Amino acid sequence: MSDELLSYPQRHYGMDHDRYRWSMLQDRDPIVWPDNKPLALWINLSVQHFPLSGEKPVVAPPGALTMPYPDLRHYTLRDYGNRVGIFRLLTLMQQYQATPSVAISGALAQRYPRLMERLAETGYEWLGHGWNMLCMHAGEIDVATESEWIARTREALEEFTDQPVTGWLSPGRSQTANTPELLMRNGFSYQCDWVNDELPYPFKTAEGEMTCLPSCLELDDVFVLTQNLHSEDSFVQQVTDAADLLIEEGQKQGGRLLALNLHPWLVGQPHRVSAVEKILDALLVARGDAIWHAPPATIVGAAIDQIG
Amino acid sequence: MSDVAQFSELSLYDYSPYDERPKLVWPNGARLAFWVAPNIEFYELDPPTNPHRKPWPHPYPPVPGYSIRDYGNRVGHQRQMALLDKYGVRGSISLSAALCEHHPEIIALCAERNWEFFSHGIYNTRYTYGLTEDQEREMIEDAMNTIERAVGQRPAGYLAPALSHSNHTIDLFAEAGGLYTCDLFHDDQPTWVNTRSDKPFVSIPYSLELNDTIAYVVQKREPRRYGESIRLAFDQLYAEGADSGTVMCIPTHNYQVSCPHRLRAFEEALEYITGHSDVWVTTGREIAEYVIAQGRQQLEGRPVEPSA
Repeated sequence: MSDELLSYPQRHYGMDHDRYRWSMLQDRDPIVWPDNKPLALWINLSVQHFPLSGEKPVVAPPGALTMPYPDLRHYTLRDYGNRVGIFRLLTLMQQYQATPSVAISGALAQRYPRLMERLAETGYEWLGHGWNMLCMHAGEIDVATESEWIARTREALEEFTDQPVTGWLSPGRSQTANTPELLMRNGFSYQCDWVNDELPYPFKTAEGEMTCLPSCLELDDVFVLTQNLHSEDSFVQQVTDAADLLIEEGQKQGGRLLALNLHPWLVGQPHRVSAVEKILDALLVARGDAIWHAPPATIVGAAIDQIG
Repeated sequence: MSDVAQFSELSLYDYSPYDERPKLVWPNGARLAFWVAPNIEFYELDPPTNPHRKPWPHPYPPVPGYSIRDYGNRVGHQRQMALLDKYGVRGSISLSAALCEHHPEIIALCAERNWEFFSHGIYNTRYTYGLTEDQEREMIEDAMNTIERAVGQRPAGYLAPALSHSNHTIDLFAEAGGLYTCDLFHDDQPTWVNTRSDKPFVSIPYSLELNDTIAYVVQKREPRRYGESIRLAFDQLYAEGADSGTVMCIPTHNYQVSCPHRLRAFEEALEYITGHSDVWVTTGREIAEYVIAQGRQQLEGRPVEPSA
């Protein structure tokens, strides 16, 4: 067997790559959120387009179509989110005066302009979420293609919103070796794909420094409900348990972040949407005094001078 | 079959029915020896390819898998450590030895607490598969020497990296000065293990069933249900421990158990277990040294028969 298996060129202090500095959350200077709240809450709604085409991406994103072409079953279950589920969630968000972000597949801007208008009326922050759920930023995708996906997504979204689109969440939180540089070149200043922290941190690229605002895979609705097959009641409990722990830590150690990612095609279903209502009630009403709820760019803005 | 010499499964340890053994008496008459084994691991972003096992399912860079494991070191470690401090548990760390070089701050925090460090290979992305016997010896020695240099004590235990083994793994580890293995899941009491050097060497129960990664990733348990499983296991082993001492281990990973939506379930279990009298809260090494001092006859209760 080759000696390469026992050779360790990156075995040294810190990380085995140059994207960010090694540090432990508890050893950093405490972060202070507005009004000295212990916990910042970011809610994101991922509004996604899963093409019916039957193509197989390099890596299948969560929720990918699985059946032989034409997989009408999963195509329509996902499209349900764009026709029905999103409007249930928007109603709830308005009822609780929540300010979620929406991460949007660029292709939806071409397909469903009316959906874009409705999302623009909310005033919520928009994030680039890839062109569609088959355009996976993974493996040997060539730079020109990937760059074009990112540019096209940003242009498509900015046609419908007056607000700057500066944040990015890749389909399946997947990146190529080039994604961070391409995001910077296309005007994105923060990305949410690396789930390695619970606070924003500086992320190095060859185009300059960007911010990573870590999303949370382990509390993502698709992960908990469809991959782990946990009950809706358990999902609510997991979110409230997380909030309680982070509030307690935030009071003792400095500001913490709870990132909650929801999919209209999943929790917008009639038997699941009450779980979202329970979560909003638990976070924004029962724990409202301890929580600073804000859009992601606002959270990054509040943190950026404190995380050098 | 491959050209690798097969070893007899019967030569590993001798058969001994659970209820036919001499009474195992723990220090101070405890019924149960309880230990917690945090796996503190380093997974490489770009390891060499081992033809027998792919380190990552995702093409380079494996952002989803890598980043959640990095979360364990950046965020999770100190969170679990604070909890173990609170309940008076010294961790027995299953350590990727290269972490001594990458993250010495973690090693220092654990050393301050007189935790035990045992070997879990160099990286959890480097497997035993395909190594020659000499290469495997070099890897085992490298890990032991690295840990010994960092903490001043040679490791006594071994959990092979990513549970990857060869026919020689246990023999080589015993010859390198090890006293116990965590790689065998056949019993709830320590077992004498046959090695070619005939050195005193035992298997200490390290429950794969209560391992948080198995519970959360393979069995997909809800967090509160996992906590309940730990308490049920304790009740059973504690009751049986009145007749003959038992061992209970909770193996953990900071990227699983320390997530904010899961830690409370683990805390409830720790509170429950440490709230009982007659529990020996200990480490893997202390259990191994204790049973080795008692001798093989005391563990097995009958003359040793030649191995098949």
